[in-house]
Amino acid sequence: MVPLWMYLLVAAAMFSIGVYGVLARRNAVAILMSVELMLSAVNINLIAFWRYMAPENMAGQAFAAFVFVVAAAEAAVGLAIIISIYRSRRSVVVEDVNLLKG
Amino acid sequence: MLELNAQTIAFFVFALFSLAGAVGVVSSKNLIHGALYLIVSLFGGAGFFVLLSAPFMAVVQVLVYIGAIAILIIFAVMLTRSMTNMTELFNRQWWMSGIVGILLFVLLTIGVILPVWGENGINPSQPVSDNVATTEDLGVALVDGNQYVLPFQVASLLLTAAMIGAIVLARDTDTE
Amino acid sequence: MEQQCINVIETMAPCLTSSGVDPGLAQFISIFIGVILVAIFPLVLVIILIWLERKIAARVQDRIGPNRVGPFGLFQNIADAVKLIIKEDITPAGADRLIYNLAPIIATLSTTLMWAVIPFSPVHIGVDLSIGVLYFTAIGSIGTLAIMMAGWSSNNKYALLGAFRVVAQLVSYEIPMVLALLVPVMIAGTLSMQGIVVAQLGMWFIVPAFLSAVIFYISNLAETGRAPFDLIEAESELVAGYNIEYSGMKFGLFMANEFMHAFTANLLFAVIFLGGWSGPGATQLPVLGFVYLFIKTLIVYIPSLILRATVPRVRIDQMMSFNWKFLVPVAIVNVIMVAFLIQVTKAVGLAPAPGETDFLAHLPQSVILLLGNLVVIAGILTYLRGIGRKARLESTVVAKAHDVPQVAAH
Repeated sequence: MVPLWMYLLVAAAMFSIGVYGVLARRNAVAILMSVELMLSAVNINLIAFWRYMAPENMAGQAFAAFVFVVAAAEAAVGLAIIISIYRSRRSVVVEDVNLLKG
Repeated sequence: MLELNAQTIAFFVFALFSLAGAVGVVSSKNLIHGALYLIVSLFGGAGFFVLLSAPFMAVVQVLVYIGAIAILIIFAVMLTRSMTNMTELFNRQWWMSGIVGILLFVLLTIGVILPVWGENGINPSQPVSDNVATTEDLGVALVDGNQYVLPFQVASLLLTAAMIGAIVLARDTDTE
Repeated sequence: MEQQCINVIETMAPCLTSSGVDPGLAQFISIFIGVILVAIFPLVLVIILIWLERKIAARVQDRIGPNRVGPFGLFQNIADAVKLIIKEDITPAGADRLIYNLAPIIATLSTTLMWAVIPFSPVHIGVDLSIGVLYFTAIGSIGTLAIMMAGWSSNNKYALLGAFRVVAQLVSYEIPMVLALLVPVMIAGTLSMQGIVVAQLGMWFIVPAFLSAVIFYISNLAETGRAPFDLIEAESELVAGYNIEYSGMKFGLFMANEFMHAFTANLLFAVIFLGGWSGPGATQLPVLGFVYLFIKTLIVYIPSLILRATVPRVRIDQMMSFNWKFLVPVAIVNVIMVAFLIQVTKAVGLAPAPGETDFLAHLPQSVILLLGNLVVIAGILTYLRGIGRKARLESTVVAKAHDVPQVAAH
């Protein structure tokens, strides 16, 4: 099998690309997609460690299952918020949502 | 170092899917193409799970992420007409975000990967044991009183709250 | 050399190896040929399926159906396929070319991939995944994605609207399908398809899981877009939905995919609820397993064809409220009831031991579960009767309120 550090490298690269996407994109839906990328990278990391270090213990897979749950919940609520904002302000560019700006 | 068998080739194919999809997501002008690149990337992740002897996780990734979340994102892109008002792709701090991303990657490599790579580390180039727990063990672990039943119940509560919240937020309040 | 005719892989690999081919390559070639056989079979079966559908729909409508091309019109579909192939390949202006061409391929891919986990006989199965049931649900959701891609990439408002409605329908009806699938999995104790068929050697799951079978059948009709839920391909509304802009062989692929998907869904019903390949003599003679499986599939498939020719179509809002207000609560109550009853029979000691194939050993648990199902069905029917009575009372009150001014005017 492939050594562990290769899986971790791919997961770290996906996570960093996701961080770049969150910080640099203007469109709210694109930011949400980058957050999903980050969560998927975290899952790969968890399952890789589970398989290589402690395959009999279920902690890794259970943790990954809960990350799935959190990702699904956050995607649903995030998209509902984006649609709400679009209805009132007609734009999903995050820089335009600046009513609280001083 | 690495023997060239089917598993290694599969690993590199899935790694290519994941990373190419990720780059496509953050740099696509057309958001629908971005959503499709996200799907490619998530498929790469599902492939990794199959290679790591976690088939249940792979199928749940396809079912939940690709079958539900990605479709939800495509709906949101179409409903918010994000296609027609895409003036600029990146905001004004894109260079600093790039530096932060690269720094984070270097930090993760040094902090997480090097300890498990060098001779001082644990160096698992092979898995510790091939005695892998099955899907049935996962099912037992999620409802066993000594294991993860409490996070399981909290997760189901979270999902219910998220579902109700999403419906309330996105409901059309003009038509009562 | 003595070879048992077990399956393609085990017969061919030693033969190739002994004739000088490298063992790894021999294994790969034999698996590859097996994969090609399993993948081509549904595509070839579609020809017969379309013929069957046209004949049955014709007889229901008191006409004969295709009978010119070949004996009984059997070659009609080959003529149709040739017509579709020689049509001009048009891509609409402004359409996204890559996604437009990829959508029918992914739709057909999702249906063909489902055939990989179907157990045709005790020894013939594509791959016995330990999570077979969940795999087929996940692959079905990829088909949903393909329809979305088709609707969006056509650059056509009507295609997009049609795709929205279709995806809403498909995603909504996945939920009662998965909930109904939980019940046989609970009774069999395993997610693998071969395990579920082996667990039915004592008693077919349609008896202890009757309500789940009904819910699964209705969800299948909705998931594959068959009547009465065929808003997907409603020719009289929305100008044929998401595949307006498709012509030629791409449209042919979508049509073939629809028939194949319907057959595959009924095949899964036969595997999960009607016992798959089990029947007298199937374990000794695996070829009989194929025959039994297809007979059972046809028993479930032909009523869906007759339904298509008979039943009117439901509207989209009726379909959604039917799903969310009726099917999902019924499916949830069903799962709770079956889980409770299984634990009760295990505690009392009436449950059969796993691996037991005797009919009588399975009988107590099956009867208890069937009674539980009937109680739930009776409860649902009582509730519906109450609602119906209330609606009738309201309509007579309204009618009486309209009658009064007329009486007073005299």
